[in-house]
Amino acid sequence: MLLIPCPWCGLRAESEFSSGGEANISRPYVNNDLSDNDWADYLFYRKNPKGWHQEQWHHVKGCRRWFNVERHTVTHEIRKSWPMNSSSDSND
Amino acid sequence: MTRYSALNLLREAGRLHSGWPEAWSSRDPKTSYDVIIVGGGGHGLATAYYLAKVHKISRIAVLEKGWIGGGNTGRNTTIIRSNYLWDESAHLYDFSLRLYEGLSKDLNFNIMLSQRGVINLAHTENEMREIQRRVNSIRLNGIDSEILTPEEIKHFVPIINLSNKCRYPILGGSIQQRGGVARHDAVAWGFARAASKLGVDIIENCEVEGFLISNGQVHGVNTNRGIIKSNKVGLVVSGHAGVLAERAGFRLPIESKPLQALVSEPLKPFFNVVLMSGKVHVYLSQSDRGELVMGAGTDSYNSYSQNGSFQVIEQMMASSIELFPVLSRLKVMRMWGGIVDVCPDASPIIGFSPLKNLYLNCGWGTGGFKATPGSGYVFAHTIAHEEPHDLAAPFSLKRFSSGALIDEHGAAAVAH
Ligand SMILES: Cc1cc2nc3c(=O)[nH]c(=O)nc-3n(C[C@H](O)[C@H](O)[C@H](O)COP(=O)(O)OP(=O)(O)OC[C@H]3O[C@@H](n4cnc5c(N)ncnc54)[C@H](O)[C@@H]3O)c2cc1C
Ligand SMILES: [Zn+2]
Repeated sequence: MLLIPCPWCGLRAESEFSSGGEANISRPYVNNDLSDNDWADYLFYRKNPKGWHQEQWHHVKGCRRWFNVERHTVTHEIRKSWPMNSSSDSND
Repeated sequence: MTRYSALNLLREAGRLHSGWPEAWSSRDPKTSYDVIIVGGGGHGLATAYYLAKVHKISRIAVLEKGWIGGGNTGRNTTIIRSNYLWDESAHLYDFSLRLYEGLSKDLNFNIMLSQRGVINLAHTENEMREIQRRVNSIRLNGIDSEILTPEEIKHFVPIINLSNKCRYPILGGSIQQRGGVARHDAVAWGFARAASKLGVDIIENCEVEGFLISNGQVHGVNTNRGIIKSNKVGLVVSGHAGVLAERAGFRLPIESKPLQALVSEPLKPFFNVVLMSGKVHVYLSQSDRGELVMGAGTDSYNSYSQNGSFQVIEQMMASSIELFPVLSRLKVMRMWGGIVDVCPDASPIIGFSPLKNLYLNCGWGTGGFKATPGSGYVFAHTIAHEEPHDLAAPFSLKRFSSGALIDEHGAAAVAH
C-alpha cells in the first residue's frame, strides 16, 4: 500500500485516496476548431511513462481535496506532492 | 522434433525419458527477417505460428527480452470465455474460443483446456436485469449463455453461501458452459514448439531498445544483441506497449497498471467451475493441484513494477469469504502481479500504427489470455496482407478519433 502525502493532512494510507490519473490536463479551449485527433488526445491519450510520473490524487476519505503527486512508476517512490494550480505545476 | 503421442511416451518411458529432444530450438538472431515479432508472450508466439502456418512466411523471428511466457501469459488466472456484449468482441473472442477447442490437436501439445463452465453472479436486481440483457444479446450472436437461479448455482457450487442475510445476497447469475480454463504455460510452450517446428526463430534474452526509422517507415529494430532488419515489425509487448511506442515516436491510448492474483494452499477438489462476481469483486477457480486461484481488479495507479498494493489482495480475499464463508481459514501460498495494458474502452488495439511497417497488437489489458489464438490468427493475417482481418478491423487505433469505441467495461460484470 502506498503512503501518500496529502498537502493538507500529511502521510496517509492509499486506501483513503482515489487515483485521478495524469496531472495537468486542461480541456481544449475552442471546441469548434478542434480536430478529431486533438479531441481524442484530450479524451483518451495519457502519458504512461516508465519512470517519474505527475498524477492527481483525491483524498476522498479525508479532507476531500484534489492535489498533485510526482511518483515513480517502477519503485513507487513519491518525491513530492503539492496543491493543484500552485507554482509547482510543471507544464512539460 | 518428436511428435507427442502415446507410442512415443511409451518408448521414452522404456528408456527413462532420456531421448526427448528440446521442445523448441533457441537461436541467435540473424541480421534480417521477413517479419519480426517483438514480445514472446502467447499473442506474439501465436502470431508467429499462424504467419508460418497459414501465410507460409518463412523467415520470422520472435524477440523476447526475458523468457517466453514470462509476461502476463504466465501470470494470468487463465479464464477463457466468449460471452461479450458487443458484436465486434463477441465475434473475435468466440473465434478465439473455437480455435482453443482444437488447439491441443493442432499444436500437438496438451494445453489442458477444461471447459468446466464460467458462472457470473448477480447480487442486486439491477445486476440481474443487466445479466438478462447480456445473455440475450450474447445468444443472438450464436454464443451459448444461460440464466441460472440461485438453486441452480448451488448445484454447480455446493459450498456457496446463498443466505439472504448477507450484505450482497446472490440473486442469480449466468453461465457459459463452453467457458473454462487452460494451462497458461502450455499455451506459450505449445505455440513456441509448433512455431519453431515451422522454422520460426525464437530468440530469448533479446530486448528491443529502439527502431530503425526513415521517412515514417520502420526498417528494423535495435536490440541488446545488435541491429536486426525487417520491413514488417509487429509489437506484441502488452504492458510495455507505451514504452516502445514512445521509442518509435508516438503515443498510445493505453495506461499500464498492476493486476494481481494469488493461489491458496491445495485443497481436495470441491469446486469445478469458474466463478466470477463483479459486485463482490473476485473471480475464482480451483486448479488441478487443488489450489484456489483468485483475481480481481487492477490497482488504480500506473505502474511497471510487477506488484501492486496489499489492500487489493485483502479485498479479493474478503470477497471470496463473502461467497464461501467456509474458506475463512484458508492460507495463501503465493501472490504476484503482471503489468496490464488498459485501453479506455477495455478493448484491444489490433492493426496499423502511425508508422508504416509497424503493426500493433496490444491493449488486451486484464482479459487477453482467452483471446491468445484468435488474436495471433487475425494479427498474422493483418501483417501478411497489410490489411486488417475482418474480425480485427473494428479494433483499429483510429477508433479513438472516429469515436467508434467498443465499450467492454464490465463486459460480463467483471474485468475478465
Ligand atoms: C494477474 C492477471 C490475471 C489475468 N487473468 C486473465 C484471465 O483470467 N483471463 C484472460 O483472458 N486474461 C487474463 N489476464 C490478461 C492476460 O494475461 C493478457 O492479456 C495476455 O496474457 C497478454 O498476452 P501477451 O502475449 O500480449 O503479453 P505477455 O504475455 O505479457 O507478453 C509480452 C512479452 O513482451 C516482452 N517484452 C516487453 N518489452 C519487450 C522489449 N522491449 N523487447 C522484447 N520483448 C519485450 C515481455 O517480456 C513479455 O514476455 C490476466 C493478467 C494478469 C496480470
Ligand atoms: Zn487530505
